[in-house]
Amino acid sequence: MRWGTFVAAIAATSIASPAFAQASNAAAKIDGADTAWMIGATGLVLTMTIPGLALFYAGMVRKKNVLATMAQSLAATFLVSILWAFVGYSLAFTGDGAVIGTLDRVFLQGMTLESISPWAKTIPEALFMIYQMTFAVITVALVAGSVADRLRFSAYLIFCALWLLIVYVPIAHWVWGGGFLGSYGLIDFAGGTVVHLNAGVAGLTAAYVVGWRRGFGHENLAPFDLTLAVIGTGLLWVGWFGFNGGSALGANSRAVFAIVATHLAASAGAFTWMVLEWWTRGKPSVLGMISGAVAGLGTITPASGFVLPMQAVLIGVIAGAICFWACTWLKIRCGYDDSLDVFGVHGIGGFTGTLLAGVFAVGALSVSPDLPAGVSGLLEGNVHQVVAQVYGVVVTLLWSGIATYLIFKAIELVVPLRVRQEDEVMGLDVSQHGEALQ
Amino acid sequence: MKLVIAVIKPFKLDEVREALTRIGVHGMTVTEVKGYGRQKGHMEIYRGSEYAVNFLPKLRLEVAVASAQIEQVTEALAAAAKTGQIGDGKIFVTPLDQALRIRTGETGADAL
Repeated sequence: MRWGTFVAAIAATSIASPAFAQASNAAAKIDGADTAWMIGATGLVLTMTIPGLALFYAGMVRKKNVLATMAQSLAATFLVSILWAFVGYSLAFTGDGAVIGTLDRVFLQGMTLESISPWAKTIPEALFMIYQMTFAVITVALVAGSVADRLRFSAYLIFCALWLLIVYVPIAHWVWGGGFLGSYGLIDFAGGTVVHLNAGVAGLTAAYVVGWRRGFGHENLAPFDLTLAVIGTGLLWVGWFGFNGGSALGANSRAVFAIVATHLAASAGAFTWMVLEWWTRGKPSVLGMISGAVAGLGTITPASGFVLPMQAVLIGVIAGAICFWACTWLKIRCGYDDSLDVFGVHGIGGFTGTLLAGVFAVGALSVSPDLPAGVSGLLEGNVHQVVAQVYGVVVTLLWSGIATYLIFKAIELVVPLRVRQEDEVMGLDVSQHGEALQ
Repeated sequence: MKLVIAVIKPFKLDEVREALTRIGVHGMTVTEVKGYGRQKGHMEIYRGSEYAVNFLPKLRLEVAVASAQIEQVTEALAAAAKTGQIGDGKIFVTPLDQALRIRTGETGADAL
């Protein structure tokens, strides 16, 4: 097999690289290079939410809802960050419980300059904490896109807090923090299940519970300014280098391979969506190109540290095609108003990428002292990996869907989910925030 | 006196203005408007959503002229605004009872 020689070559270089040699010491020791890269990666991932996602989403809504949409990304950033430091991090990443972590790091108590998390042995624990914080932030912010233009801001704030603690934190623990999914063998490099499938399913559930935008299906709900969305996509794309590359948790060859895979998948996704739209609808839209790029990025996420560059291109092509289908056919067929296609792009992308990671995983890329052979996928003869991926997808889907539904039903007891009809017509900028674009 | 109301394609404004200036018309009011006629609108597609844009942007010109000049003005205006494609617009002419220049108090054709 052609892959065989390629893989062997990569394995040889990876093992010989200083980063891998150092990791094999297994002793926890803060490394300057790893720390420097992870500080940068943390900044990149935060940039994905503000201003990346804020611009991406705001560009796709109507002019009267631009500020309200940006407010959702902003609020997710500050609210989730505080709650993550208070309790989220501790519950997700301390202890080795199958279901949930411990309260050892509540309010970050006990975290010192010398602290090191067992999940990232070469960087300060505080850095691992804030890096993971940026993931929690963007996942919560992603969900809001499905109910843009109509969700009441107060209801959204309550949702952010509850959803972080009830949905995001447990799933992050199950997959990355020593919980039952990770132990079962699920591989999710940077958040196919934890971030994208999770946000997508929650978004779909939210769209069903909150209901259609007023005028959905018969009024013109065209985007206000797609230039904002293009700028947002650029920031997301670059930020994703920190998202996927940073998930190697060190400045090493695997981080670089993840970045290469990420960039190629984004490019292949954008190209594929453009071709399909041109072919089926006569024109290659700018919104289509950026949607394809984000689809490629979301889909490669779980696989990024496990696959080779050419496999990433293939995953990007599949992502562009399947997410195009989800946004242009499935959504209309099912009749839900997922306004900014959180499910169609992130949900379907996370689902697809998680499964494909189990198919394409190349053992040599994930070799570590604890795992001398790395994680092999179906193509390398490991059928179990696909089973583990399906298990992870099903659990995420169920927990995210059911818990999100119950959270919205609980919020509804306290405050209406939607703004009043006349406020929706007037726009959320004025009705929710008392300001407007002129 | 007559009031000429013309709805034209926006990119034709400069040509129309030059044509009218050439025949001695020295003022007009321009408004950005939206509307539809035989041209109908067009479809815009955003991911899975298709929107019919029924109202297209046009410019609405108002020109007050002396009755004697009306033929000349409408002809010049039509010639300048014409592309031959659907959606070129329309010209309406209505009687105008009175005109008054605020600064000087002149009335009638003197005020135009």
